[in-house]
Amino acid sequence: MVAAIEIRGLAKRYGALQALAGVDLEIPRGEFFGLLGPNGAGKTTLISILAGLARADSGSARVLGHDVVADYRAARRLLGVVPQELVFDPFFTVRETLAIQSGYYGLRANGAWIDEVMHHLDLTSKADANMRTLSGGMKRRVLIAQALVHRPPVIVLDEPTAGVDVELRQGLWEFVRRLNRDGHTVVLTTHYIEEAETLCDRIAMLKAGRIVALDATAELIRRFHALYLRVRLEGAVPDRLARRAVAAEAGRHTFRLDEYAEVETALAELRAAGARILEMELVQPDLEEVFVQIMRGAGPPDAERRAHH
Amino acid sequence: MQNAGRTTEVAAPPRTASAWTGFATLLYKELLRFWKVGFQTVAAPVLTSLLYLLIFGHVLEGRVQVYDRLSYTAFLVPGLVMMSMLQNAFANSSSSLIQSKVTGNLVFVLLTPLSHVEFFGAYVVAALVRGLAVGAGVLAVTLPFASVPVEHPFWAAGFALGGCAILGTMGLLAGIWAEKFDQLAAFQGFVIMPLTFLAGVFYSIHSLPPFWERVSRLNPFFYMIDGFRYGFFGVSDVDPLASLAIVGVFLAGLAAITLGLLKTGYRLRH
Repeated sequence: MVAAIEIRGLAKRYGALQALAGVDLEIPRGEFFGLLGPNGAGKTTLISILAGLARADSGSARVLGHDVVADYRAARRLLGVVPQELVFDPFFTVRETLAIQSGYYGLRANGAWIDEVMHHLDLTSKADANMRTLSGGMKRRVLIAQALVHRPPVIVLDEPTAGVDVELRQGLWEFVRRLNRDGHTVVLTTHYIEEAETLCDRIAMLKAGRIVALDATAELIRRFHALYLRVRLEGAVPDRLARRAVAAEAGRHTFRLDEYAEVETALAELRAAGARILEMELVQPDLEEVFVQIMRGAGPPDAERRAHH
Repeated sequence: MQNAGRTTEVAAPPRTASAWTGFATLLYKELLRFWKVGFQTVAAPVLTSLLYLLIFGHVLEGRVQVYDRLSYTAFLVPGLVMMSMLQNAFANSSSSLIQSKVTGNLVFVLLTPLSHVEFFGAYVVAALVRGLAVGAGVLAVTLPFASVPVEHPFWAAGFALGGCAILGTMGLLAGIWAEKFDQLAAFQGFVIMPLTFLAGVFYSIHSLPPFWERVSRLNPFFYMIDGFRYGFFGVSDVDPLASLAIVGVFLAGLAAITLGLLKTGYRLRH
């Protein structure tokens, strides 16, 4: 089956900045995919090329098999993009905005679907309000509605929850999840890594224009065997264990262990040093931890190898 | 994949899409944009032209005789109509594009399957409509002040359309090139205003010294205004057919450049 998104050797330079340095990526249909990376890693550039807002220097990108340059009309019809910037046209109401957006895609009588999208995004009461009068969160919802007017099978959301309050964020994810359940492929970039962890089937991490990690979310976390032992102590920490400390303050210590077997050794060393344990906790790595490690370039060897193949 | 069974449901977007709807929608949006603020986009320029007519007509009436048996005020009317049409056609496409660029909402158009030809067509036709609306308004309010004959209405219409299309295209070019409002204002102040004012709106180039008469003939705007005036008086400085040919060639050249830039995405797609 043809992939929802297929990217081959994509490179893009802005002056001195190598925004993308050869990216290969394939996203199958129906997937909920996350694109993570620090600011300037190339996430938005990648999305812009996919959407036709930017031109690649080399390489190619396809949406459901349609090249985004050579066959741009078909590619754009299949793609819905929610841009990162909170942009709007101050001349129009919400309903006008959505009707006009439908028209650009060649859809004339799209009222029923527009009503449905507005309903799901809680915009119905604002349908006839001018865009200027809406709050930031409402404008964000209209942006999402605009990306959906032509029922695109592939949806790309670039930082959709930046600056959005918690309540709206929850509602929004519920809606995007439902779209994904209905068969839409969803590609998401976000700064909230815990969002990516709970939502995404698979994740790519970008750094300086390259993919440095790409795997199923659970797999990515599992490959980091690191385990954290957090204790509150009375007494001194023996030297050997102190070398494993990643944080220490006022009797609270965190040690990085490689496997569960080391827990026993660590406790034995503490006992031998005469330290008394007041509180203890074992912490599994989460995606945020994995992200930080990978961005520092400290990923496990297999992760590095896989990412560069 | 757990979703595989339902993928087909959304794989095919609606097939009712019509090729004309995209273009028609962008045109409609561009028309609505200026019509919603018609007081400033149509009524204001009409008032400005009326003031020109009253003031210049009052001051110069009887002192300047351009063509035989024609009052200066009557001579002024077609020039003012054309000047306001040209300026407003330019203003429409240029300000719409720069506003969309600066505020970022141009992305809504750039994301869609609309082609560069449809984009060009919609902006230029909207500019044309605004130009003609303002022109009709100026004509309506100035006619009571002078008796202006209409010898060849089709010639007048032809030059009105050609002129508005040229300025609509120039507005699009300026909007593509400019990245800030002040760059656009500079383009308007240093290119469009001099070219319109020196095109013979207020005088016949035959009244100029020979050198300046030759310089005026290098200004394409001169042929638009001269040809348009021929439509009213049946008299012109240049053969109207030659003027129409020059207007046509100029329009074709500008359109080719603009379409080329739109196709490559110059300053629009990065």
